Amino acid sequence: MTEDENNLLDVAPGSPHDNIVSEVAAYVIGLGLALLMTGVSFWVASTSVLWGPGVAVGLVVLAIAQIGIHLVFFLHVTSGPDNTNNVLALAFGALIVFLVMIGTIWIMAHMNANVGMAPEMMNLQMQR
Amino acid sequence: MTTEAATIGLTHGGSEDTGLGHRGPESKSIVVPYGFWLFVLSDMVLFSALFASYGTLVQATDGGPTTHQLFHRDLVAVETIALLLSSFVCGLAMIAAKRANMVWTQAWLIMTGLLGAVFLGIELYEFASMIGEGAGPQRSAFLSSFFTLVGCHGAHVTAGLLWLGTMMAQIWAKGFQQHIVRRLLCFSIFWHALDIIWVGIFTIVYLIGTL
Repeated sequence: MTEDENNLLDVAPGSPHDNIVSEVAAYVIGLGLALLMTGVSFWVASTSVLWGPGVAVGLVVLAIAQIGIHLVFFLHVTSGPDNTNNVLALAFGALIVFLVMIGTIWIMAHMNANVGMAPEMMNLQMQR
Repeated sequence: MTTEAATIGLTHGGSEDTGLGHRGPESKSIVVPYGFWLFVLSDMVLFSALFASYGTLVQATDGGPTTHQLFHRDLVAVETIALLLSSFVCGLAMIAAKRANMVWTQAWLIMTGLLGAVFLGIELYEFASMIGEGAGPQRSAFLSSFFTLVGCHGAHVTAGLLWLGTMMAQIWAKGFQQHIVRRLLCFSIFWHALDIIWVGIFTIVYLIGTL
């Protein structure tokens, strides 16, 4: 493989040199970690060893960790200077996603709890 | 040559260029995947709205079936593994495509498609059995939001499979030309993004729903 062809290849995370082994290794590490996270998620959800009320929070944390693994090992989003634009776009996207999700659930829960209406209107659970 | 086709990843191939415009516009091999990355992020925002409505309406079962009665974790586990492996194999296809290896690229892409089809088959089976039990989208607000969220993801996977078939045909017919490989890279970004959204779905909808 010539020098020029080497420049055509992608940079695997954490490896300055471009070769097929390190590139495949990055995907394999990503797959291994993602499988681990998935396995832990399913275990955490089905075990009774852990403190019940904390399980849902733990699952969300595991999901965010797994999303991070996908971003780094599969999508090659890194903190390097050549990734600045990708990371900034991702940060903005994540901001909007969290605003929409947390904001909606927070506000709707408060509305559900605090806004007094006719009893049949009050509870979202009663709505079709 | 080196700058034009510097990379087909999301990185700039380790150059010191910060992408801040010192050298004028970036090459198409950078700009196109970046634009597609922006689309994927906006797609995530779309899904965040669906997640938010699901989170708001998940208790609104109108006396109908609840999450505990409807969801089967073992099926979801198989779906999850299939989609994760599909995403992984798609990455291997990209590695082969970078080296213009036709046989391995097509082989990994077929694997990607088959695993995606396994995922989609299980999902359709789940939907069909739910609707068969009278738990269709019109049953309650919870089920409407469930079918909207998970169905939207399934529709994305379906579109991805069609795109995958198109890409395989284009690679076969036109070879590893720059614009073809660029399209394949966009497909792989799309496919990895679908797996990221699925992580949110299996955690929030299926696991937390059946705690």
